[in-house]
Amino acid sequence: MVPKLTEKERNLQIKKEALISIGLYVAFFLWWYFAGYGLAEASKEYIYIMGLPLWFFLSCVVGYVLFCIAVIVVVKMFFKDFSLDEIAEEGRREGDEG
Amino acid sequence: MSSYTITLMTVLVLYLLANLGIGLFISKKQAKLDAEAGTGFINNYFIGGRSMGGLVLAMTLIATFTSASSFIGGPGVAYSKGLVWVYLSIIQVPTAFIILGILGKKFAIISRKTNAVTVTDYLRARYKSPVVVIVSSIALVLFFMAQMMSQFIGGAVLFQTITGLPYVYGLLLFGAIVILYTTIGGFKAVVTTDTIQGLVMVLGGFIILFTIVRVGGGFEAIVEKLNVVNPTWNDPTVGGTTPKAYVMSFWVLVGIGVLGLPQTAVRGMGFKDTKSLHNAMIYGTIVVGFLMLVMHISGAFAPAVLDPSEIASSDYVVPTLVLKYMNPVVAGLFIAAPLSAVMSTVSSLLILASAAIVKDIYLNYIAKEKGNVDKNDAKFDKKIGKMSMITTLIVGIIVFIFTIYPPDLIVWINLFAMGGLECAFLCPILFGLYWKKANATGAILSSVIGVVCFLLMTTYKVSILGTTPIVPSIVVSIAVFVVGSLVGKKSDEETLKLFYS
Repeated sequence: MVPKLTEKERNLQIKKEALISIGLYVAFFLWWYFAGYGLAEASKEYIYIMGLPLWFFLSCVVGYVLFCIAVIVVVKMFFKDFSLDEIAEEGRREGDEG
Repeated sequence: MSSYTITLMTVLVLYLLANLGIGLFISKKQAKLDAEAGTGFINNYFIGGRSMGGLVLAMTLIATFTSASSFIGGPGVAYSKGLVWVYLSIIQVPTAFIILGILGKKFAIISRKTNAVTVTDYLRARYKSPVVVIVSSIALVLFFMAQMMSQFIGGAVLFQTITGLPYVYGLLLFGAIVILYTTIGGFKAVVTTDTIQGLVMVLGGFIILFTIVRVGGGFEAIVEKLNVVNPTWNDPTVGGTTPKAYVMSFWVLVGIGVLGLPQTAVRGMGFKDTKSLHNAMIYGTIVVGFLMLVMHISGAFAPAVLDPSEIASSDYVVPTLVLKYMNPVVAGLFIAAPLSAVMSTVSSLLILASAAIVKDIYLNYIAKEKGNVDKNDAKFDKKIGKMSMITTLIVGIIVFIFTIYPPDLIVWINLFAMGGLECAFLCPILFGLYWKKANATGAILSSVIGVVCFLLMTTYKVSILGTTPIVPSIVVSIAVFVVGSLVGKKSDEETLKLFYS
């Protein structure tokens, strides 16, 4: 069964999830920028991994894989299931949201 | 026609017919379910009764914003510019995640409470302003038609290049099919075909990268060759010709700006439950990243197997690769991918353009004026049903005719429409959901001034600090939204309670 939350709890949870989403988005941006431009600008003598320059390998290939893992972890840990249709009455809570 | 073309065409036609068949089958099944459940036509035709599961939600989201440019235009530019274009495309990796993470649950709840099926429904509930509704509906229909046209042109040109048959034949084939299943099947047919088309795109990605690596004699050999034929392939500035600010601008255009696209935002209203949403965030990220990476790397690797003298312009890189190196069956399967990207984008835009006309304008204003709105009346429901289908068909046909007499510069129109939509919708959607002080004054000013700003800056090629016009235009639309909201009349208590209690 999907737990029901009160209106207030629902909105709080949604706000929390939105902030976490923004946080992860910013984290990806920083990774992309510093692994990519940061590394490429640091030295013109590129290091190569599997024929690809390190700046590209880290920002794009590793960045993509890391982000996928991060999304799975974040969604499983912080995103909560609750009913979208029904709300719990104030003061008389049910379900096992925790 | 050569036997090569005949085989290729057979594969394509079979695939297209399968799309049509599945679209129609789903709509028939859905109609039966609706009749049993007794739910209204509007809710089913325009949002599929809010029944999308995780995979469908992820695939329809990706298929909608992955357009012809990700398969043809993007890899074509990567051919000449090299890895920086892959780097740029990677900006889209977190897009599905951020759209669903920020808009998903909030939209799902609000749309259930207010019975909204379009983004404009939500704007109407939030801002209670006819001006907001009308301005946004008109912006939506205009920009969507431009986008649909550019998609159709992209698909038809590709078809012509590959088969050598006239442009109009290709258009007649896939254009008619997409218009038909969208018209008859509505949202449900759109998202079901989107899912299949999304999977075909993934397959297409595998095919092209595999082909290039095989023909190029493996990874090492390709890289060695690239160092010779395209020495700046590994430089993120392409020897100083691609400025950083230009690349960074795409964090707005295909990054956060996408939160303001009605065609992606509306997906937040159509999913079943929170579990579907969570799964879609994961699948969506994996699939969109894979597509972007594989398609653009293919483009960047292509100079190793394709000499510049073999192609007329960057848009011909992918079609030429196909003709030169793929056997006709594989070529047919691959070409199905970009055509899928075209069809999935067009079908989503078409159903929304129709919703804007029927639901947002006709039902809200014209029918009400005449005083013949009765939501529980079965006869009225039937009339609206007929009208919705006819509207979808007519919009489709108009776009079809535009495409036969096409204006130049596909990519330009497409990018222009996308930026325009973002300027018009980003602030009203985002601030409306999370900021109590957001109000109609802010929404109207932000949409109008944002779009005008973008139009002018694009036309006169104004660049601030080396960015593309979308960046300053979005900044202006945000500033105007905040000022307008602080100056204008507060939203009433009822609205605030509905949205933020």
